Amino acid sequence: MSKVEYPRLAEAISRRTLPNGLEVIVVHKPFHAKHYAFFATCYGGLDMRFKLNGQWHDTPAGIAHFLEHKMFDMEDGSATRTLAENGASENAFTANDMTAYYFECTENFYDSLGVLLKFVSTPYFTQESVDKEQGIIAQEIRMSDDDPEWRNYLNIVRCLYRDHPARTTVAGTVESIAQITPQTLYDCHKAFYTPSNMILVCIGSMELDKVCAIAEEILPGESGETIERSYGEIEDLTPAVKEMEEEMEIAAPMFLTGYKCAVAPMNELLRANIIGSMACDVLFGDSSPLYNRLYEEGHINGSLGGSFELIPGAAFLYVGGDARDPHYVSGEIAKEAARLAAEGIDENFYRQIRRATYGQMIRELNSFEDIAISLADGHFRGFDYYSFPEIFDGISKSDIEEFLRSNIIPEHSAISIIYPSEHGKET
Amino acid sequence: MTRQCLMDNVYLTYIPSEKFKTSFLSAQMVVPMEKETAALNALLVNVLSRGTGTLPDMESISRHLDLLYGARLEPVVRKKGENHVFGFLASCVDDRLLPDNERVLEPLADLLGDLFTNPATRNGRLNGEYLRSEQANLIDLIRSEVNDKDTYASFRLIEEMCCGEAYGMRRLGSVEDVEKVSLQKLNKYYLSILPKAHLELFYCGSAPEKRVAGMFKRAFATLPRHGELPLAPSIRKGVNEECRYIEETMDVAQGKLCIGFRTDSTDNAATMLMNAMFGSSGKSKLFENVREKLSLCYYAGSTNHWKKGMITVAAGIDFENYQRALDEIFAQMDAMKNGEWEPWELESARSAVRRSFRAVEDSAGGMEDFILGQIATNGEETFEGLLAAIEAVTPERVRAAARCVRADTVYFLKGKEA
Repeated sequence: MSKVEYPRLAEAISRRTLPNGLEVIVVHKPFHAKHYAFFATCYGGLDMRFKLNGQWHDTPAGIAHFLEHKMFDMEDGSATRTLAENGASENAFTANDMTAYYFECTENFYDSLGVLLKFVSTPYFTQESVDKEQGIIAQEIRMSDDDPEWRNYLNIVRCLYRDHPARTTVAGTVESIAQITPQTLYDCHKAFYTPSNMILVCIGSMELDKVCAIAEEILPGESGETIERSYGEIEDLTPAVKEMEEEMEIAAPMFLTGYKCAVAPMNELLRANIIGSMACDVLFGDSSPLYNRLYEEGHINGSLGGSFELIPGAAFLYVGGDARDPHYVSGEIAKEAARLAAEGIDENFYRQIRRATYGQMIRELNSFEDIAISLADGHFRGFDYYSFPEIFDGISKSDIEEFLRSNIIPEHSAISIIYPSEHGKET
Repeated sequence: MTRQCLMDNVYLTYIPSEKFKTSFLSAQMVVPMEKETAALNALLVNVLSRGTGTLPDMESISRHLDLLYGARLEPVVRKKGENHVFGFLASCVDDRLLPDNERVLEPLADLLGDLFTNPATRNGRLNGEYLRSEQANLIDLIRSEVNDKDTYASFRLIEEMCCGEAYGMRRLGSVEDVEKVSLQKLNKYYLSILPKAHLELFYCGSAPEKRVAGMFKRAFATLPRHGELPLAPSIRKGVNEECRYIEETMDVAQGKLCIGFRTDSTDNAATMLMNAMFGSSGKSKLFENVREKLSLCYYAGSTNHWKKGMITVAAGIDFENYQRALDEIFAQMDAMKNGEWEPWELESARSAVRRSFRAVEDSAGGMEDFILGQIATNGEETFEGLLAAIEAVTPERVRAAARCVRADTVYFLKGKEA
C-alpha cells in the first residue's frame, strides 16, 4: 500500500486497483467528524448509444438516471433502511458522464459501506416498481420545467449542438422514460456497473485495507467487457441555431450566450479545464473590466456568471444572467473577447487572475463531494486531479489568449433568452 | 470554541480548526427586524459592499481579493427569529498553503472593518450612485423571488402564518420600501445604526486566538460605540383549532403544496425527533408514503422551525393530486399522533438528527449560521446539550409531541387553467 502525500495541498491519499479492476481511493481527513463514501460508474446521461456483444444499441433518453433511482431497490427492501438505522444519509446523482452513489455518516462507516456496495451491484427491477418510478421521475422533470435557469441552460446547449446527445436532458422526457422496461435496466446495469468501469472514493479516517476487503467480499471477482460508446461525429464549431427564445413566469429577462469550443485531446483535459476556467475569469469574472463596467452602468446585476464545460465529445463556454437588454450584454461580451484577442491580456491583470485561480482550486478541497467527483472524473478520463498545481504552473498568459482567439468568436456563438410571460403582450 | 467581548456590544466567536483549507470570517450586525428598517438594512449592506475609503469601487475590491489568492467576500442579509442579521461573510486560503508564507488573513480582516467603518463616500456622504444601482439590483432581486417556485411558495406560507410578526416579514423589505430610500435617509440611518448595533464577529480556521482577536480589534478600532439597540425576543404563538386554506395561480407546470403546522409543545428534543420521523429524514413517513408508495411527488419533506413552534411541509405535485396529497400528509401526521411506527423508524430518526448536528461541526459556515441563530433567539442550547437531549427522548414523548401539533395553514400554488 502506498500513501501519497501532496505537500502543496496538505492532502494525502492511498489507492489500489483491485484484481477485478475496481479503483479504490482513500483520502485521509483525520480531523473531520464525518466519513464519506462515493461509488461511481463511468456511465451517464450521454451514454445512450453503445456496443454490447458486437451490436450497437440505442437506449431511451433518461435511462442512466432512471437506473440510478431504481438501484436503491433491493428484493427485501432493506438497503436504505439499514443505512437509515446506521445514521447514514445517502443520495445519488446522474451527470452527463457519471452516475454516483454516496453517503455521509458519523458512525458505523464500514457497515454502511457494505450496504452501499451491495445495493449498487445488485440489480432488482420489477414491472410494478418501474411503473411507479415513472410517476416520481415525471414530477422531477416537471420541477425542472419550471426552473428558468435550467431551461436557459438546456436551450443554449440545443442552440449550439445539432446532434450531440447533450441536447437531451439527463432525466429524459416523460415520453422517453415511458419506453424503459425492467429488461433495458438489467442490460444497462450489466454493461456499465462492472468493477473496471467504476471507482470507490472514501474520505475521512478509514483504512484502505479494510475498505478493499469489504469491496472484494461484496463485488464480483471479475469484470465485464469494456463498452464502446458513441456520441456521434465531433461537430464543427458552427452552432445549430443562433438564437432561441422562450417565455416563463419570471421577473426580468434572463439570457445565456454560448460559444462552441474545440474538444481537447484526452491527455490534456485537466489543463484544458483550467485554461477554460481562467478564460472565463479574464473575460467576465467579478474582477474583470467588462463585468465592472456593465455592473456600474446598470446593464447587469450580480447574477452574471458562466463556466467552461468539457463533456465527452463536446466543449463549450457559456455566460449569462439577468439583463434588461440581453443582446447588448452578449454583444459587449463578444467585443471584449475580440479586444482581448487583439490586444492581449494586461500583464498585471493576468497575475491577479492567476492568484485567484490558484486560491479557488485549493478552496475546492474543502468539499468532500467536489474532491470525490474530481478524483473519479480524473480516473475515468485519465488524469490525476491532485496534480493540478503542477499543471497550473505550466499555463501561461498566451495559452489563455490563444483559447480566446480561437474559440470565443462570433461564428461559434449562440444566445438563448427567457422573457417574462407578459413580454409578448407588451411588444 | 470561545466567545469574548471585544468592545461594547461587539463579540468574537473563535473556533480553532485544522480541518479546512480556508479561514472563515464573518462580521454581522444583529438588530430587531422591523418593517421600517428591513429595506434600509438590506440596502445598507449592499451599498457598503461597493467600496471603502481605500478601495473605492467594486473593481478595486475584486482586484484586492484576487491578489489575496482569491479571497471571498459576500454581503448577506438573514432573518433569525425576530431579528435581522446583515453583514459580510469572508474567507481566504490558509497561509500555510500559500507560496512564500504570504499573509492574507490580516488584510482580509482589515477590509471587513473598513466596509463598516470607512465606506466609500462622496461629499462626506455615502455614494449616491451606489445607492441608485443597489436599489435597482435589490428590486430585481425581490421581484425575482418568484422565479424559484419552491422557495416562493414556502415563503408565502410563512408570510401567511406569521402575518404581523417579524418572522413573516420579507428579508429584503418590499419593493415600495426600497424605492422610498433616499441618500439622505440612508446616510442618516447608517450614522445612527453604526454605533449602537449589536455586532457579532466570527472566526473559524487554524490561526491562534490571540492573532485573531488582535486583528479584529485593529480592523474595528475606529468603530464608534454608544447607545445600545437590544435584540428582539422570540415570539411563539399558540395553536389555532381552525386551519386556513389559501390558493394562488401562476403559469407553472407543477403545483406546490405547502402546509404549516403549529405546536405548543415545549419538548423541543421530542419535536425534533418527531419531525425527523415525519418528514425530514431519509426514510421519513412523507418520503416513504407520499413519494415511494403513492408516487405523488419527487420531493415531500418537512422543516422544524424549532424556535417558533412551527413545522412546515413542502411538496411538488400534479395539480389534480392536490386532495390526495393533502389527505395523505395529514394521515401521516395522524399516524405520528397515534404512535403508528416501528422502533427502527425512531432510531433512524435519532441517528439522522445526531449526524446532522455533528456534521454542522464540519462546516464553518454551518457553525456560524447556527451560532448566530442562537444569539438572535437568546438560545442557550449547545450541540452537546442538544445531542444529549435527543438521546433521552422516549417513544411516549414523541407521541406526546405529535399530539401538540395542529394544522394552521395550507397554501397551494397551482397552474392556470388551460
